[in-house]
Amino acid sequence: MASDLSSTAASAAKAASDVDPFHVEPPTPWQLMRRRAGGHKGFWIGGTFVLICALLAIFAPVIAPFDPFGQDLTRRFVPPIWNAEGTWTHPLGTDKFGRDYLTRLIYGGRVSLMIGFFAAFIAAVIGSILGMIGGYFGGRVDAVVMYLVNAKLSLPGLIVSLSLVSVFGGSILVLVLVLAFLFWDNYAVALRSVTMQIRSQDFVAAAEAVGASRRRIIISEILPNLMNQVIVIFTLEVALAILIEATLSFLGLGIQPPTPSWGLLVSEGREQMFFNPYLVTIPGVTIFLVAIAINMMGDGIRDITAPEGRN
Amino acid sequence: MCHRQRGSLVLNYFVNRLIVAVLVAVTVSVFAFSLLRLSGDLAAELAGDDATPAEIAETARAYGLDRPFHIQYLDWAGSALTGDLGSSIFSNEPVFEIITNALPVTLQLATYSLILSFAIAIPLGVLAAVRQNSWLDRGALVFAVSGQAIPNFWLGLMFILLFGVLLGWLPISGQDSWVHFILPTLTVGLSAMPVKMRLTRAGMIEVLQSDFIRTARAKGLDPNIVLFKHALRNAILPVVSVTMVTFGRLLGGTVVVESIFALNGIGYEALQAITRQDFPVVQSIVAFVAFVYIGLTLLSDLINAQLDPRIRLS
Repeated sequence: MASDLSSTAASAAKAASDVDPFHVEPPTPWQLMRRRAGGHKGFWIGGTFVLICALLAIFAPVIAPFDPFGQDLTRRFVPPIWNAEGTWTHPLGTDKFGRDYLTRLIYGGRVSLMIGFFAAFIAAVIGSILGMIGGYFGGRVDAVVMYLVNAKLSLPGLIVSLSLVSVFGGSILVLVLVLAFLFWDNYAVALRSVTMQIRSQDFVAAAEAVGASRRRIIISEILPNLMNQVIVIFTLEVALAILIEATLSFLGLGIQPPTPSWGLLVSEGREQMFFNPYLVTIPGVTIFLVAIAINMMGDGIRDITAPEGRN
Repeated sequence: MCHRQRGSLVLNYFVNRLIVAVLVAVTVSVFAFSLLRLSGDLAAELAGDDATPAEIAETARAYGLDRPFHIQYLDWAGSALTGDLGSSIFSNEPVFEIITNALPVTLQLATYSLILSFAIAIPLGVLAAVRQNSWLDRGALVFAVSGQAIPNFWLGLMFILLFGVLLGWLPISGQDSWVHFILPTLTVGLSAMPVKMRLTRAGMIEVLQSDFIRTARAKGLDPNIVLFKHALRNAILPVVSVTMVTFGRLLGGTVVVESIFALNGIGYEALQAITRQDFPVVQSIVAFVAFVYIGLTLLSDLINAQLDPRIRLS
């Protein structure tokens, strides 16, 4: 009887659309998203900039004009191109060892972007799992998760990171792990509260009713609904991780010379800051622009996937 | 009866919160204590690269590192409760004195920076909310995003270059007078501002759409009174509760700025101690900063619960 009714309703709707020449199909969520993406300037500008930087970093050995470690003491402190004495051979000048600064910057981006990306990624995996488990199971499990988050939050992050790097050394792997440890709690807090809201909805109850395992419910029912949030937090955390990596390297407890990273370039340029300010301004502006571009992209992704989350 | 039940619920909330805070404090102190010992052999690191096994054993004995981990921890924690945090292995100065000497500098920096960030964030947030989507709103947003994207240490260096060297207006290092704090305060304040600006803006937008504001406007109240007396007072609550947390964060978060401007605060002492593997100083500073943070968040939670019954009854 019920199915009779719905099929009549469906055929009636079909008949109506045949007759009504002005009938318009409502846009699907995917079409809506594409429409919002098309008009979002910030997303395109930020995304394009990030993409260019990522390509430069990945293909650094092909693109960079010089060897990042190649010293030439006869060509020290060549000023950048906007200076009257600048040359096109070294568009961004050279540093105190005569190394080409553009090359150092591109290779530095390789290190900084890689650390930022993988640190935020590992943090996302750890934080999301903890957040979803806490939000889904509630009760004691949730109390343990919140206790871990509280303990993490009360630690002075920068001092702890500096100590950890001083103990384990400034390799890329150590920095990725230390920064991941610094950032997982944001995912946990955000995903925990959203999971709590989702878990009481009908589709979760339906999956539970047909006997799906808890792991399956978390992975295939809850996680897909949280992916937007994870991606938004992820982009912002990449920017933050790049800033913190730069800070650690600047303080001398991050990437070790001669490997270039953007923070290390600022740190190396600091002693020459008063005489050759470009050594500090160029890497600083680069970090700033990349962080802004990633933020614009992240805000864009949020506006496109979940516009109700604005403000 | 109903009243008594609510009283016990409030008590429950307080007791629960306190138990969690104590548990977290113990965990964090263990973590702080193990931080420099995570390499496995602290004595070997302290003795130097070319030390003989006998020298390493001697170092371990001298600093009590040859005892079992839990004995060392209990010894440290027990003395810490009586105010004795041990002494620096570098200068032999008591750690308690190192912290109390450095604390005023960091407290000054944190207080000035908070005041500055409020002074910018709240008017800007209110203006942006009142003129939502205007050029002013967009400008404020750009300002906030830039503030979050500028690396702190680089901003500090640029201030030194601009105000200290090119213009020669301000001192660039030291802590002798309030003038020395201007550039560090600008650096920290500008990076603490964006979050508060966004919170104020979002809170104001929400409050301005609520019924009691419409009523206040409808009965013909002065728009400025509605804005500042009715709306801002409600919108600012989350900003105020974030403040205590920010203050706790700043206590251990001004490492870079202190090291750039040569301020001998908590962060600077921590950095020095870390580069020297001065473990008594590092473990005590980490635990101290964490304890202050735990205390401040506990306090702000209790105040919030007192102000807003929805929190403690949920």
